[in-house]
Amino acid sequence: MSNPKKNSSEVKEPLIRIAKREKMSGGKTLLFYTLAIVIALIIGGFFILLIGKNPFIYYGKVIAGNFTNLIYLKHFIEKIVPLIITSLGISVAFRMKFWNIGAEGQFIMGALMSSTIIFALGNTPGWITVILALVFGVLGGGVYALIVGLLKVQLNSNETLLTLMLNYIALYLLGFLKKTNYYKQLGVGAFIDFKALPRNGWLATLGSGVFTIDISVFFAIGLVAFIFFYINYTKQGYEINVIGDSINTAKYAGMNVKGIILRTVFMSGAIIGLAGALQVMGTASNHMLSTGITSGVGWTGIIIAWLSRLNPVGILITSILMGMLENGSSVAESAMGISTASADVIQGLILFTVLAMDFFLRYKVIIRKKEKKENSVTEEVVK
Amino acid sequence: MTEYAIELKGITKTFGSVVANKDISISVRQGEILALLGENGSGKTTLMNMLSGIYKPDTGSVFVNGKLVQINSPEDSKRLGIGMVHQHFKLIETFSAADNIWMGVDFPSYGLKEKLGEIRKEHYEGQDKKAKFVFESKKFAKELKEICNCAFYHTKNAFLTPKRYKRIKDISAQFGFDIDPTKMVYDMSVSEKQTIEIIKVLYYGAKIIILDEPTAVLTVQEIEKLFNILRKMKEAGHSIIIITHKLNEVMDISDRVAILRKGEYITTVNTSETNEQQLTEYMVGRQVDLKIDRPITEFDKPLLEIRDLTIKNDEGALAIDKVNFYIRGGEILGVAGISGCGQRELCEAIAGLRPILSGEINHKGESIIGLKPEEIIKKGIAMSFIPEDRLGMGLAPSLSITDNMMLKTYKGDKWYNPVVDRKKARAAAERVIKELGIVTPSTETPVRLLSGGNVQKVLVGREIQAGPNVIVTAYPVRGLDINSSYAIYDILNEQKKNGVGILFIGEDLDVMLELCDKIMVLCRGKLMGVVHANKTTKEQLGLMMTGSQDLNVIKKDKNFGIAKDTNIKGDAPTKEEQGNE
Repeated sequence: MSNPKKNSSEVKEPLIRIAKREKMSGGKTLLFYTLAIVIALIIGGFFILLIGKNPFIYYGKVIAGNFTNLIYLKHFIEKIVPLIITSLGISVAFRMKFWNIGAEGQFIMGALMSSTIIFALGNTPGWITVILALVFGVLGGGVYALIVGLLKVQLNSNETLLTLMLNYIALYLLGFLKKTNYYKQLGVGAFIDFKALPRNGWLATLGSGVFTIDISVFFAIGLVAFIFFYINYTKQGYEINVIGDSINTAKYAGMNVKGIILRTVFMSGAIIGLAGALQVMGTASNHMLSTGITSGVGWTGIIIAWLSRLNPVGILITSILMGMLENGSSVAESAMGISTASADVIQGLILFTVLAMDFFLRYKVIIRKKEKKENSVTEEVVK
Repeated sequence: MTEYAIELKGITKTFGSVVANKDISISVRQGEILALLGENGSGKTTLMNMLSGIYKPDTGSVFVNGKLVQINSPEDSKRLGIGMVHQHFKLIETFSAADNIWMGVDFPSYGLKEKLGEIRKEHYEGQDKKAKFVFESKKFAKELKEICNCAFYHTKNAFLTPKRYKRIKDISAQFGFDIDPTKMVYDMSVSEKQTIEIIKVLYYGAKIIILDEPTAVLTVQEIEKLFNILRKMKEAGHSIIIITHKLNEVMDISDRVAILRKGEYITTVNTSETNEQQLTEYMVGRQVDLKIDRPITEFDKPLLEIRDLTIKNDEGALAIDKVNFYIRGGEILGVAGISGCGQRELCEAIAGLRPILSGEINHKGESIIGLKPEEIIKKGIAMSFIPEDRLGMGLAPSLSITDNMMLKTYKGDKWYNPVVDRKKARAAAERVIKELGIVTPSTETPVRLLSGGNVQKVLVGREIQAGPNVIVTAYPVRGLDINSSYAIYDILNEQKKNGVGILFIGEDLDVMLELCDKIMVLCRGKLMGVVHANKTTKEQLGLMMTGSQDLNVIKKDKNFGIAKDTNIKGDAPTKEEQGNE
């Protein structure tokens, strides 16, 4: 009893201890996340090595597959534009802690509505058609999300389940419409396909020859700036932040919580619907609908929004990284015979390592030292 | 048995760079009640959490009954006979009382291995082959029976039978509690929940019981009941540590008092040899005037009048039933009542957040019924409600102080301007930080990173800087220590002197008796009467709170028993009569 220090060694002390960390500086946080991505790439490299290929060459090809020629660059840009816009839409709802995972469905509805209106308008002049089509795309995605918002505020139903299920409804609706006369055309060998959009429903393009991209890239950049401003500097953005933080506080401050939720959910769906409309009217889809029109952006968008902490600038950067990976991997596939699925693996790894890094950002792990250094353990914690 | 049930020696605990406990040594004797006294953030709860296995000390040692122990987990703590009743109850709302108590029980293992081992030890000694076969068969049958018994034992324990209710009832009766074991936790009052928590730790066989601020949520009568239980437990030989910062309770219940200040151990004194003044000095570290001012003001115009107000609660029952009262400028009207007797609904109705069933709410002679919350705010009625979790209403914890400042004013005057005015909010934040002495690194610090006292100062500060003429404030000092509480009282008195009418919904009757001019008492939504704070007693208020004394009935002839409209100074009635005859 007289010498507690000596005694304490007799009783077991756990080998690893976890202590809370103080708040980290922004630069350090960034460093940690970069480290997380590097770790993910290293682990991914081991997978490539297992297949018997050189990971350095693979990563080289993935990066080169985006920039080394104009076709690659075009595909790269076409890849990231819907990713950016969709992630922005998701992030607006997520900020309010409204878990909209229905971006796939809203994207499809946007694309479907804009195609429908373009077919209906027939020979109307181009600019009217395009503007109307965009408006209908926005409404399509927005109203589709609004259904869930209404159920949420009126009946307090679970938005995660509803948005998820509406994804499949949208997808199968699209599959059904493909077989109706209004949308179908017979392709090669009586193969049923969607009709291509008439020329007046195409988005304006830039560049020429193989490097012809549509103007949707400006929408993406503009939206990044707009959402950044909207969330940080406007009254509506402020309302979203307060509701996301504490719904009771919002009520006590006299906010019209239901109205704000509906508005924001509509906005989220509308932005995603816009992405769908731009996709179908643009060069990326060859101006036609297809059941694979989303190419999974609704899912990837969730990951991007989450990884970038719902920060619009972060979304821009993360989308570029993810787009590079997805796009470059298809080039690497043809060059090295490694399936594009490896890009999904690496994407998953990045998500894992970044989330794991969150733990290390918040806590530090203290490993039990040898007897004599017992004092230094405390010193370390104090630091 | 050793003298001390628990001894802590040189305990140090740090979180990051914050030293929560620094070289603390305290001890608890067998069968005594030790009060652990200290302000918010003085490290009381941290210290006790190390006893209950939630944290681990960085250095120092813990002795239980004279033996050095290492507490690595709550299970270790349970095994050592230490039980903690936390400030926030850890009960499952949808379970019955019995099941909540029952839940963490470890059944004694059946001991199959030992029993089988004993059977296997027997050996046949003779030569007769037939007899040996019979012996072996019997042995096999015995083994099989044990295995079956074991399986049956575990199966039986895996099911919940109605018997458990009786068992729990018997056991709680043994400790002197009268509970209904089938009652669901969500149907229980705070005091009942606390009783369940105490039975739980006793049921687990705890000899050392730690209570973290047990009285914070109880009424006077409930506190008295709790203290009787604690005294009984003490007589039964339990050692009790009670964490609190209410001095009168310390004097009332404890044998000795250990005082912590800013994570450091100050001293331990015998309760019989000390007084409240001395304890305060130990706790705060300097002389403190414990008297709360009650300035007398000259304002006399009623600002807010409530007539026959009836409000429903969320479940559709009557929360406020035909209540009449009014608030003058320059007075503090206290509202006393057991928690959940309509205080919240009353606040929400005044702030325009809850529709009313019938009655009138008049502000400066104009009805404010049906107005939007923001219009009511514009009229100068400020409402702040501090809920149990302190952050849930009124503040957005992850947002900065600046952003919280503009919560009620962010819309500004120009509806067409979509941009929020952070500059103005930042100036307001700076002003509030300076005037109320809020400790914060900057105006952009998220509110949740501030300490409890500072959080509440932000909230009160925001309401005041908007320049209201009526302040409705519910539990503004909830969970605050002496220094911060007095700072808040000062702020309210300052407002009172400026002619603001204040509706003060409180918990601590002692404080209300000193601070308020008049106190109205609610019981299950009904007004029991309004009394002058300087002419009533705690006991009378307690009786009115439980509904056993209804001034409306007792003094039927005299103006419904409601306090006459006089200034506190003298008894001379002013020309104005109470507005609710």
